[in-house]
Amino acid sequence: MGPLPGRFPIATVTVPRPLIAPSIAARPVPPGVRRQRFLVGVANHAVLIAVSVFFVAPLVFVVLAALMTDRQSLGQSVWPHPFHWSNFTRVFHLVPLVHYTLNTLTIAGLSTLGTVLSCVPVAYALSRMRWRGRNAAFLLVLATYMLPFQVTVVPLYIIFVRLHWIGSFKPLIIPSFFGDAFSIFLLRQFFMTIPEELSDAARVDGGSELQILTRVIVPLAKPAIVAVALFNFLYNWNDLFAPLLFLGENRKLWTLTIALSQFQGLHHVDWNLMMAASVLFMLPVIVLFFLAQRAFIEGVTLTGTKG
Amino acid sequence: MAVPASVQMAAGPGVGLPRVDPETRRRMRRRVKRRRYAMVLLFMSPWIVGFLVFLLYPMLSSLYFSFTKYDLLKSPQWAGLFNYRFMFTKDPQFWQAMKNTLWIIAVGVPTRIVFAIFTAALLARRRRSIGVYRTVYFLPSMAPAVAATLGFVYLLNPATGPVNRFLGLLHLPKPLWFFDPMWSKPGLVLLGLWGVGDAMIIFLAGLLNVPAQLYEAADVEGARGWQKFRFITLPMISPVIFFSLVIGVIDGFQYFTQAYVAAAAISGPGQINFVGSPQGSTMFYSVYLFSQGFQEFHMGYASAMAWVLFAVTMICTVVLIRLSRRWVHYQGGFR
Repeated sequence: MGPLPGRFPIATVTVPRPLIAPSIAARPVPPGVRRQRFLVGVANHAVLIAVSVFFVAPLVFVVLAALMTDRQSLGQSVWPHPFHWSNFTRVFHLVPLVHYTLNTLTIAGLSTLGTVLSCVPVAYALSRMRWRGRNAAFLLVLATYMLPFQVTVVPLYIIFVRLHWIGSFKPLIIPSFFGDAFSIFLLRQFFMTIPEELSDAARVDGGSELQILTRVIVPLAKPAIVAVALFNFLYNWNDLFAPLLFLGENRKLWTLTIALSQFQGLHHVDWNLMMAASVLFMLPVIVLFFLAQRAFIEGVTLTGTKG
Repeated sequence: MAVPASVQMAAGPGVGLPRVDPETRRRMRRRVKRRRYAMVLLFMSPWIVGFLVFLLYPMLSSLYFSFTKYDLLKSPQWAGLFNYRFMFTKDPQFWQAMKNTLWIIAVGVPTRIVFAIFTAALLARRRRSIGVYRTVYFLPSMAPAVAATLGFVYLLNPATGPVNRFLGLLHLPKPLWFFDPMWSKPGLVLLGLWGVGDAMIIFLAGLLNVPAQLYEAADVEGARGWQKFRFITLPMISPVIFFSLVIGVIDGFQYFTQAYVAAAAISGPGQINFVGSPQGSTMFYSVYLFSQGFQEFHMGYASAMAWVLFAVTMICTVVLIRLSRRWVHYQGGFR
């Protein structure tokens, strides 16, 4: 630990803890200090709650708007009166929401499957096998993560046009079976933390690399694989750019994101229905988050980003 | 593994290891190595194919397209530097998109980082009941961008939105937000602050990693709260700030979904050319690239724009890395 930068170098050596005799430690805190502590505590809590309002209020107002009647949503009111729950069913009649949900689930599910199947062996080779050029290959994988999608998107579009894949799910699913830099990175980081002795023991017992991967590494790396699957599923569930590009005008294939983004332009509906659709779209994500909160927060902390 | 027949066991007593003649041993080793490399190749193959087909080839052909005129109907026609020259000298929309993008980066990224540090510091100060607050602060960042944007267009809508009603109660000026070219980008910045959770989590991890002895030592020296923050906390989390800056700049140049959805939501029905509404104020770099490439089918021009995007991103990243040596403090003196 070097000296801290700045004008006043504060202590650069660790000061040994002063020995506190039990009698001194147990001495009652003077009332002035206690009052100050109490006030600081109250102030802290007040700020925490104020910030919470900033985060929660938008969600509350959106849900309230989703429950308003048509007339109400055009007016100034904030509180729905009466609660118009039927908005949530009306949305289904207005837009083929079930159909779009199935489309989105198909795309997100299959491409998540593809990503996991293709990235696990690659991450294994990049972390648990010894070969020349391994580090260079890993750097190349990371470099591809830095490349903006925009750089490859025009030729990809042209390739997919030539293959007659535009207007089908294929451009959104098939590429994910060929690795994804972020997922490889996340899995590789996790595989690196598994003790080498475990695979060595399996090798001594005559296990092949494939057996070590499937019987030793995958069971141990379940949290990381779950995180990768979650991130990929959500990425696809939320993505607008790629579906907008590749599904084109074929409305039968639309995902929920396209449907929502075109909602106003196509139906010119009132806020209540638009918010009802948004809430329905958000709901599975929120539920998923509460089910797997730890996986999310640990994944973000491990890699520094949400993918 | 099968032992080759040519391996001769040592005959004499006292020798514990099989004696193999050097030639056989070399051949064995080569074979094992070849097998291992075959396995590596097999495991790496998904990525290798993906890299060649979905990355390297598209990258090279996009570079080629950037020097051509290409509308998908006719084959690409060589145009030299025309696209680039047109972009820099004759296309006001390009410069508008560039300016909008730099605006959202210059304003949006720092405010988001400051807010992330602020919220993370709030959480890090409390030892108990941090869980509930952490969930509440993090949750909005999980909201899908499309839904969150639609929500904010409603919240900020000038006539009936709750935000302007609230501002009206306080007798404050009521901006037209997404309907006003002056206020559409601030609206998007607000949306970004609402979803600050993922950045906050990284800062929270960074703050909790600052060794407590440092603060204790500072207490002994009589440092005040602000001094402790300035001379201990900030240097200790400077790597996280640096990381968020780089990611923020990279993401900023690819800012698309929120701008696209907000523009679509405020445009009336039947509008096709809504991107950038109102009045081009949400025409960001990636939005303009999308509209040039996939609405106008100017594939050559879109490719040129993509390469300029790549170059600008790279330059910004390198500049940030260069500058970081002055202020980013890595533990253990590693720079």
